[in-house]
Amino acid sequence: MYENNPDAADTLQQLTFNLAGEEYGVDILTVREIRGWSRVTRIPQTPDYLLGVLNLRGAIVPIMDLRLRFGLERESYGDNTVMIIVAVDERLFGIVVDAVSDVVDIDPAAIKPVPDMGVVVDTRYLKGLATHVERMVMLLDVEKLMRPEDVETLDAAMPDVRDVEVAA
Amino acid sequence: MSSVDLTQFHKTFFEESLEGLDAMEAALLALDSGSTDGELVHTIFRAAHSIKGGAATFGFTDVAAFTHVAESLLEEVRSERRGVDGELIDLLLRSVDCLRGMLSRSRGGQPVADAESEALRGELVRLVSGEAAVAVVAAAAPKAVVAGWDIDFSALPHLLQTGNEPLRLFRELQQLGRLEVLRVFLVDGAPAQLADFDPTTCYLGWQLRLHGDVARADVDAVFDWLDGDCVLAIKALEAAPVAVANDAAPVAPAAVSAAPAAGAKVAVRDTASASSEGSSIRVGIDKVDALINMMGELVITQSMLSDIGEKFDMSQLERLREGLVQLERNTRELQESVMRIRMLSIASVFNRFPRLVRDLERKLGKQVRLELHGENTELDKTVLEKIGDPLVHLVRNAIDHGLESPEKRRAAGKSETGTLKLNAYHEGGNIVVQISDDGAGLNHAAIVAKAQQRGLVAEGQDLSDAEVAELIFQPGFSTAAQATDLSGRGVGMDVVRRNVRDLGGTVGVRSVTGKGSTFTIALPLTLAIIDGLVTAVGEERYIVPLISIVESLRLKADKVRKTAGGGEVFLFRDEYLPMMRLYKTFGCADAVSSIENGIVVVVEEEGRRVGLLVDDLLGQQQAVVKSLEAHYQRVEGISGATILSDGSVALIVDVSGVVRLGQSQGQRRKAA
Repeated sequence: MYENNPDAADTLQQLTFNLAGEEYGVDILTVREIRGWSRVTRIPQTPDYLLGVLNLRGAIVPIMDLRLRFGLERESYGDNTVMIIVAVDERLFGIVVDAVSDVVDIDPAAIKPVPDMGVVVDTRYLKGLATHVERMVMLLDVEKLMRPEDVETLDAAMPDVRDVEVAA
Repeated sequence: MSSVDLTQFHKTFFEESLEGLDAMEAALLALDSGSTDGELVHTIFRAAHSIKGGAATFGFTDVAAFTHVAESLLEEVRSERRGVDGELIDLLLRSVDCLRGMLSRSRGGQPVADAESEALRGELVRLVSGEAAVAVVAAAAPKAVVAGWDIDFSALPHLLQTGNEPLRLFRELQQLGRLEVLRVFLVDGAPAQLADFDPTTCYLGWQLRLHGDVARADVDAVFDWLDGDCVLAIKALEAAPVAVANDAAPVAPAAVSAAPAAGAKVAVRDTASASSEGSSIRVGIDKVDALINMMGELVITQSMLSDIGEKFDMSQLERLREGLVQLERNTRELQESVMRIRMLSIASVFNRFPRLVRDLERKLGKQVRLELHGENTELDKTVLEKIGDPLVHLVRNAIDHGLESPEKRRAAGKSETGTLKLNAYHEGGNIVVQISDDGAGLNHAAIVAKAQQRGLVAEGQDLSDAEVAELIFQPGFSTAAQATDLSGRGVGMDVVRRNVRDLGGTVGVRSVTGKGSTFTIALPLTLAIIDGLVTAVGEERYIVPLISIVESLRLKADKVRKTAGGGEVFLFRDEYLPMMRLYKTFGCADAVSSIENGIVVVVEEEGRRVGLLVDDLLGQQQAVVKSLEAHYQRVEGISGATILSDGSVALIVDVSGVVRLGQSQGQRRKAA
């Protein structure tokens, strides 16, 4: 089907999934695998959202619950609950979402910046917003998801530091 | 040159060159200790020659130029035009250090030559004999216009075997000017019968004449790679013939005028070992053959099993069982052989000590006899790479602090030469490395005084020998009255202990005042597989390394006492040990919380014992260690993960980490 689309090279293919009634997308090129929920091994001394690790063909892969990561209520896992295994810089991790929906083509030009407002989601994990067939899709920034929180705090502090330097 | 990307060979070049330098160093040290084995000089020469060849091929011109001068000097030694003395060996050893530095700088892509290498090269150039010096001056002097060069070139028999091709040389010469072949002749010793000719041997010599105003240096450059492979004489046409030994290629004038290297410092030699990532390993062919044999057996077993599986009925049960037993044996043997590939002998680490000891002897005015035992003991490559620095530190300490000066030793009625012994051997599943000296032993009074000054122990506190010895492993502890550049900066034993601990090993010391001290390092054979005890805590499975387990026992609830601050202790072999409830430390749900129903695993780490409360013991298992950091990050109290037979993941307990966790949790309780 992709060959028929002359704009394939210019569009971003996103795997969309459902989380707490909203639709999100991850870049399909980062997705390695989609699998049903299976038990994971819990790791001590880790944040709640990190459910544990999974044996993925010999690799020990951390799995996080995206609802908990976004500070939402935890949902009990059902038949539709899936883990999306993504790879960032050859590091694998899995995110647990309510259900996977579709693969959609998104025109990069149509991606709108995220307004700084009270979405249910902390906007720092979003790359932008896009519309697909009248529906809004929030594009996830997977690289930021797996970063430890102290790095994020540092990132948040960085603009201030830069301002100081410019002022000096 | 061709368009082949040479950078792919750089790694091999660096590895081989560093190996060559090691060989050079070892041979130089052997010469220094009075050995007269003529082969040593050849070894040194060969090493220098291959480094030069490689460096020139891969475009590391500074390295090539430096080695070239050193090689010229060695050529004189080899042809017995120069004797070997301490000064020469010193200079060559410094050149080895300098080359190591240059190689590691080339590897890091930094500028290769520095003031030090230039100074050292100047020194080498000045040592190279008089006739060569003439050539150097001749080359450096303003060139007179020459009509050309007469070149007498006769190959030594092995010329072709070193990969040189005379035809290529001639082509290169042709590019410089018009080349005329005056005569081609058979060299002396060529077979009389055509049938006796060996096609891989070169019997030919040429008399060539190169016409045109060609710089001598350009002609030399053509023959640069043939050092030691031919007999060469180059004479200027219509000029006074200057006979030049083939080793005395011109040297840049800058090197001649380089400042005397009186103040040149000895190069820091540990730079060469700095990068170990992505390194390769050399495996003996016997190990590979063993592996292939085992692979063959595995294939046979597999075909037998699939044969049984195809037409299986209950009568074949016995055969199936046999097959599975065989499969298990094959797998285990295969595993052992694969592990053996990673095993290298500790000699590669031990070999750097003769040099280190020699340098320290000179520097400190002490006399040391170094004894090495068990150099063939094999251990995992990763362990081997990381154990070098701690060992160097211990050896330095032993010579600096441990062994006394000759005067003191004489006064104490000991031989003036101190003995430093390095010993490596297997013990159980461990490798043990011992560093022992017959020096003064640990100075208890000084250690205690220092500890009191630092507030590590209270004044008047009575300390056992073991406790005093333990003090030297405290961070920031050093008793050297004066900080030398060798040791005594106060970053010492604690770093050694931490490095060894990172490798999953332990380090301890035994000392007798006046008799000497012995440091003992115990290391696991490999980091990749551990023997572990699988324990259950709630729904989780944790693996406790077998090596740290002292005993597992069931306790009655009344054996456990609460202490101030919320801790718990229990009596174990006349000793009160802290109790850690693993489910609390790791926050596991649904775990056994009553002492009676659980099992206490007593573990020991660095002489400290604690009891870990778990629900149950599930059995012993070899665990292939997988890192959590590969896809996640380091987790306190966990050293890694492994995959159980049912495919689920179990975490491996880092005993010392858990003890630290327990302490910090205890402190938080106290603070709350």
